[in-house]
Amino acid sequence: MMIHGTVEQNKRVDKAFRFVAIGATSIGLLALSALLIDILVDGLMRISWDFLTNFPSRKAERAGIYAAIMGTLWIMGLTALFSFPLGVGAGIYLEEYGKKGRFSKIIEINISNLAGVPSIIYGLLGLGIFVRALELDRSILSGALTLTLLILPIIITATRESLKAIPNSIREASLALGATKWQTIWRQILPIATPGILTGGILALSRAIGETAPLVAVGALAYIAFIPESVMDEFTVLPIQIFNWIARPQKEFAINAAAAIIVLLAITLIMNSIAIYLRHKFQKRYKW
Amino acid sequence: MVDENKKNQIHVFNVENLNAWYSDHHVLKNINMYVQDKKSTALIGPSGCGKSTFLRCLNRMNDLIPEFRHEGVIKHKGSDIYGADVDPIDIRRTIGMVFQRPNPFPKSIYDNIIYGLTIFGEKNKTKLDQVVEESLKKAALWDEVKDKLHESALKLSGGQQQRLCIARAIAVSPDVILFDEPCSALDPIATSKIEDLITELKDEYTVVIVTHNMQQAARVSDFTGFFMLGELVEFNETQKIFTSPSNKLTEDYITGRFG
Repeated sequence: MMIHGTVEQNKRVDKAFRFVAIGATSIGLLALSALLIDILVDGLMRISWDFLTNFPSRKAERAGIYAAIMGTLWIMGLTALFSFPLGVGAGIYLEEYGKKGRFSKIIEINISNLAGVPSIIYGLLGLGIFVRALELDRSILSGALTLTLLILPIIITATRESLKAIPNSIREASLALGATKWQTIWRQILPIATPGILTGGILALSRAIGETAPLVAVGALAYIAFIPESVMDEFTVLPIQIFNWIARPQKEFAINAAAAIIVLLAITLIMNSIAIYLRHKFQKRYKW
Repeated sequence: MVDENKKNQIHVFNVENLNAWYSDHHVLKNINMYVQDKKSTALIGPSGCGKSTFLRCLNRMNDLIPEFRHEGVIKHKGSDIYGADVDPIDIRRTIGMVFQRPNPFPKSIYDNIIYGLTIFGEKNKTKLDQVVEESLKKAALWDEVKDKLHESALKLSGGQQQRLCIARAIAVSPDVILFDEPCSALDPIATSKIEDLITELKDEYTVVIVTHNMQQAARVSDFTGFFMLGELVEFNETQKIFTSPSNKLTEDYITGRFG
């Protein structure tokens, strides 16, 4: 009897926990879908070819996000160009060349900490170094370099994790055949690590694409009525355009902002899908 | 021990007063031994006795371990492999190695074999094809894989993967092939195939094999060294070691009293 009672109680606790877990999940999902639906209802009708190809305007119905999209593409392209070689290079050094000891532990912890530093701090750093000290002004280059600093820790960590996951026996196999360290890394290790590095890198970029604060700090403008032609041009990006429109009192601009958010979400979604696709594709190929 | 005359001749390996450490841990103590050309030498002993460490000294794989340190001399055909002007890359090219667990690259069978040649710039397709066929034949794998050379090496069974690793080592035409417990991850049938192969290989290559399996040592080797606690307790012709060991420890070990 006694035992039976305990079993009943266990089952009740089990059931209760199940409901708690379902509840926790639902709250998150509900909040997210409410947000999405709200934005879609507000903005979906506003998205049109004109909206994508018009420059900003004082009249809400004529304003578009052409400059912001192009600015975002420029910034993202340059950020990828700078951050991948630097991040992957640093990751390779730390994991494959650097001596493992207390010093490397300290570096590792610091890099993890850097990944958690508020982005506005990076913005101020960018303002100090790129905009002022190096006199790059409020250019695309300043913005991209600032975002590069921001996501560098993430790419370094992703690279290191991917390299760490490769069994040492592969390195030994290559070195035992008389390969140099670099040949081993370039011909055996990097190809295996690529999906992990790419996934981490793309996820880092999709974090950067939504960043507003550091770009405001380096002086991105909201009103840009031209398409950037060089890295030294001034620029705006989608999040800043959104922020600017939200801040206005007129309802029409809020609708514009909702539409721009949909575009930004779509770009992020596409990037994340690419990351998932790459991971899935390469994981199949390299199975031990 | 083997007579002093032989010890003083130049062999494939002459090891003189070798001591080795991992940090403060003294893993090899004053090892003196030699490895004869085109013979197979087995290194046996209980786990942690230093036999694998010794093997990895012979092709400088221990260089990869930062805590590793050694004293003494290892000569390969008379020249010091740890000499100041010696590049470990050249050493590893002439002294190949097969590891405990099969470690093919996650590439095709063909690409696994040619890797060693391509890192030295070989591009000639005819030559590469030829080497692939020869190496796989020598490793007794050709008949099993000739129709799927461009399939992933990871699809092969464990025993086939290990023979592929042997073929890969052969492809760069080394002098010596070192085997580090090559059968410890394999089933008995795959093991006997590898053993047959090793017996054939010593016609052409000098073989040094670490094994924890004494029957294996008896089957495949001409000479045997018995290691214990970092010391080379006894080194002699395999037949003598297994029939009339001169050291009590060796006798206890091969009769299974410990280890």
